[in-house]
Amino acid sequence: MHEMSIAEGIIQVIEEQARVQAFSKVNAVWLEIGPLASVEKEALSFCFDAVTRHTLAEGARLQIIDLPGQAWCLGCSQTVAVTQRFDSCPHCGGYQLQVTAGDELRIKELEVV
Amino acid sequence: MCTVCGCSEGETRIEGQASGHHHPHSHDHHHDGHSHSHSHDHSHDHSHEHEQRLAPLNNNLQLPEGLDSAVFVASASGQDLHYGKGAAHAHAPGLSQARMVQIEQDILGKNDRYAAVNRSRFEQLNLLALNLVSSPGSGKTTLLTETIKLLGQRWPMAVIEGDQQTSNDADRIRATGVQAIQVNTGKGCHLDAHMVGHALDRLEQLDGGTLFIENVGNLVCPAAFDLGEAHKVAILSVTEGEDKPLKYPDMFHAADLMILNKVDLLPYLDFDVDACIDAARRVNPNIQVLQCSARSGEGMDSWLNWIEQQRGERIQARIQRLKDQMLQLESLL
Repeated sequence: MHEMSIAEGIIQVIEEQARVQAFSKVNAVWLEIGPLASVEKEALSFCFDAVTRHTLAEGARLQIIDLPGQAWCLGCSQTVAVTQRFDSCPHCGGYQLQVTAGDELRIKELEVV
Repeated sequence: MCTVCGCSEGETRIEGQASGHHHPHSHDHHHDGHSHSHSHDHSHDHSHEHEQRLAPLNNNLQLPEGLDSAVFVASASGQDLHYGKGAAHAHAPGLSQARMVQIEQDILGKNDRYAAVNRSRFEQLNLLALNLVSSPGSGKTTLLTETIKLLGQRWPMAVIEGDQQTSNDADRIRATGVQAIQVNTGKGCHLDAHMVGHALDRLEQLDGGTLFIENVGNLVCPAAFDLGEAHKVAILSVTEGEDKPLKYPDMFHAADLMILNKVDLLPYLDFDVDACIDAARRVNPNIQVLQCSARSGEGMDSWLNWIEQQRGERIQARIQRLKDQMLQLESLL
């Protein structure tokens, strides 16, 4: 979706952190993204390259760590793996699933100079 | 300051620490020059392992024979040897000035902070804020103007209108006598909490009332941006497909209520209402569903009742919180 806003959000966080942690260049950025975060990784990489130009993260590598999607199945009373919002439970086939993990969208760490 | 040892402030991670700072910094390994063919899946954890295993070895500055190739995964690129070709390629101690900074921050955290401020302002004002989301053309603005007319002067109301351009929608709302603020997002595809905060500054006398936030017509992006609202209300008109909740699952997952609008047109369409509700429940088992037509007035009662109920519950909850606070204060005497 709004990958450009997300990429700009990443730059904002980096710039804030650069002041706090005193660094002047970012070599690499690690993101953690769940399958339910509604982020298209390819699009995000593209936008990231575009918005980092002329910033302290220019040329930085974007590394994406995929997190698993999980939901609690009310029918089976157990945690099951999901990759999309409308997945059914792999055990009972039901849709009474409460997503418990997988919508993460966060910056994990930076390699900085 | 030796950044490789991590002897710097903040949450810097200590890498390959050696006593007396005497590790052999071969800083001339180039980050820019060679082509890192990093496999993105090749994980990060991997490199951390290397780091931990390497650290003590490096302290001794002596590698037991045979371990070299087993532990150090070096790759040759011309004259250079690269010891950190994993995702965190700087982790091999003494090879880079780069340091790792742990952030663990949500990228949308800034919006969430603004949303939290809005939410507490809404609470102070005893204001029920509803975020209305839908595709363009589902009838949000007509639903709103009819809702405002039917609710009459029962309590204060205001509308924040989000559109890329024009103030047409805000003009339609103002024609009903209710205050409205148009937010033009320009190139933006959604309202964010910061914009809503500014719009709220311009609204007056809302205590105990209802604020409708009509988001930009878009079933994708507004799902991810919390505005501080009590509920997201997704509006789906029956002239759209009944599988829309499956096509745009994030939005229907984020919404607490789905309004099926334009039901007066059902006799002329092949729209399968039950299939649509099933689809919505697949992505969100808890979603409530109302059917109405803003034009014919059919089903509008249930929507008005829903608003009244939500408003009542909010005020009740606030009364309870204030009572609890009073009790707490009295117990101090």
